[in-house]
Order: sequence, then structure tokens, then C-alpha cells
Amino acid sequence: MSADLFSIFIIAIFIENFVLNQILGICPFVGVSNRVDSAVGMGLAVTFVMVLAGVVTWSIQNLFLAPFHLEYLQTLSFILVIASLVQFVEMVIRKTVPSLYQALGVYLPLITTNCAVLGVALLNVRKGYGLVESAVNSLGGGLGFFFALLLMAGIRERLEVAEVPVAMRGAPITFITAGLLAIAFYGFAGLA
Amino acid sequence: MSITNTQGWKVFAEGLWKNNPIFIMVLGICSSLAVTTFVKNAFVMYLGVAFATVFTSTIVAAIRKRIPATYRMLVFMMITSTLVIVFDRLLKLTLPAVSKEMGPYVGLIITNCIVMGRSEAFAMSNTPWLSALDGLGTSTGYGLVLLAIAVLREVLGMGTLLGFPVMPEAYARCGLLISAPGAFLCLTVLLFLANAIRDSMSGGKK
Repeated sequence: MSADLFSIFIIAIFIENFVLNQILGICPFVGVSNRVDSAVGMGLAVTFVMVLAGVVTWSIQNLFLAPFHLEYLQTLSFILVIASLVQFVEMVIRKTVPSLYQALGVYLPLITTNCAVLGVALLNVRKGYGLVESAVNSLGGGLGFFFALLLMAGIRERLEVAEVPVAMRGAPITFITAGLLAIAFYGFAGLA
Repeated sequence: MSITNTQGWKVFAEGLWKNNPIFIMVLGICSSLAVTTFVKNAFVMYLGVAFATVFTSTIVAAIRKRIPATYRMLVFMMITSTLVIVFDRLLKLTLPAVSKEMGPYVGLIITNCIVMGRSEAFAMSNTPWLSALDGLGTSTGYGLVLLAIAVLREVLGMGTLLGFPVMPEAYARCGLLISAPGAFLCLTVLLFLANAIRDSMSGGKK
């Protein structure tokens, strides 16, 4: 049992990395990865929301939607839960770490539209995970997102001083970097 | 007056190139790059996004004076997710195989930033008709890029187009393009080309 959980965790972080393997959550990945410190804040916020969302959506799915055969309301109810969770996290961060709140700016409310968060909730249901497995998978997914974001931010800080051809500046160079990172992450597939 | 001079056409055409959501704003790629391994899936994704964007924009524009500013995100989201559920059900009914292949990505249209972006940026301050055109133009601009990526990936990666073999037998398939990194690399190529074309166009004016 614990070995299973461990492998779910590792697979979620490295092998099925949300950003680099499933291509989810690209908007914040590109938007917030230009500085390492905001990347850390965003990564933590997303991980936190993801775990909460994983647990709450699992409960909704199995305690409410499935028994009453309301599965078609899945996406609607999940997104509402995620939106409220994000609102909650936003309030907490604004009260406790105002500087981080400033740094994250518009990207904080946008966690709601981070497809990785909704994605992890939908995938948990699709894979038929139990409560603990869902939580572990969400935690792994969140940390994987955090990890990818951090790597990207580190590389982009270096890129700022590099000479990039004009037409490659901005988004193109970012995606090349993401592509190369994704290739590197393919090496982890051997872990499975 | 030709059709290209009407305001509606301008709003529609804006999204195709000048304000193309992917080239200019780098929006909405999250949930969609993943389905560009096959042209067919990319096209279905385009239909879904167009459906959601056009109707969300129209509905938002129609009730824009009644949407309280504080809760507008929530309202947008309710509208979009209802529409996405409708599209998901329709897809399951008509093309069950495709629906299965797309997996959770159809549901993820809800989190496609384009849908909400257009509601926020355009539909909240325009009439329903113009908003519908704006939604259609933006999602079509987005769909074209998606299809371009899908064609690149399917032809070079699998040697097929819409499932039919198009490359010679001896063609060595480029497996990398089918995998996730390939999506990033194809997008890079297109973004680079779009930037280069844009630069040379504005360079002429300078």
C-alpha cells in the first residue's frame, strides 16, 4: 500500500509532470516564471490549492455526485470549489504575506483557471483513486508544477543576460526552453 | 459596402492575426497543446473552444449590465462550465471514440483563458452581436494555430494526416514530435515565424 502511494507520488512529480508531460498549467508557467522568488510563491500557492482541491473534489464526487448520479455536474461543481479555495488562499496570503501578494498580482486569482488544478481533480476521478491516493497524487502534481516552475525561473533569469535574436525574444525562447526541459524530463520515464 | 468594411468583420478579423490569442497574448494553450497530436482532435478542440467562447461572450454581453463587478468571474465561470458540459455531452453522444481520446481535456476548456479573457476584455463592454463575432474571431485565430501545430505533429510525427498515410513508406517517423516536448517545439517554431513576419511587416513602416 505504502509502496503504491510512493510510486503515485513519484510518478506525479517526475514522469507525468503536469507542465512538461501533460502540458497543463502553461499560462502561469510562462507568466510567473521570470523571477525565482515569485515562482516559489506561485508554486507553493498552487501546490496548496491543488491538495485541498484534490481532497474536497474527491469528497464531492464520491459522497454527493456519484450516489445521486449527478456526474454530469462534475466540472461545474469542481470549478466552483476551486474558485472558492483560491479566494480563500488569496485572503490568507494578503493578510499574512503582503509582499508575496503584491508579487503574485493577477496570477493569484488566475490559479482558478490553472488547468492543472482542475486537471488533477478530474484525473483523480478518472483513475479511480481513493481519498489518500487522490491527496498524494495532488501533492505530487503540485510539487511537480512547483519544480518545473522553479527550474524554468532559474533558466529565465540567466536568459535575461543572454543575447537572444529579436524574433525569438519573449514567448518563443520560453517555449524552446520548456521543450528542452520536457525532453530532459523524459529521462525520468525510466523510473516507472 | 463590401463585407470587409463592416465593423463586425473588423472585430472578427482582429482575432485572426492582429490580436491572435496565441501569437500575441500566449493565452489558452494550456489545455489544448496536449490534443494536437492528431488533426482530428485539434479540430474537435477548436469546435469546443469556439462553442464555449462564442456563447459565453454572447450571454455575458446580453446580461452585462446585470452582472455585479465583484462576482463577475464567478458568473463567467458558471456560464462557461454549463456550456462546456453541454459540449461534452454532445461529443459523447455523437463521437464517443473521440470523446474518449480527448480524456479530461474537453472539461478543461473551462479553464481555457481565452474564454474568460474575451468575456472580461470585450463582452463586458460591447453588444451581444459584436461579442459573438469577437468570440468567433478569437477562437478561430486560436483554432488555426492549433491546427497548424497538429498538422506539423501528425504529418512529421506519424506520417499521416487525419489518419490517412501521406508520407512515403521509407519516411522515418519523428517520434519526438508526438511526445510532449514536440508540442512545445512546434509552438516555438510558429511563434518565431509569427514574430519574424510581424517584425518585417512593421519594419517596412519605420
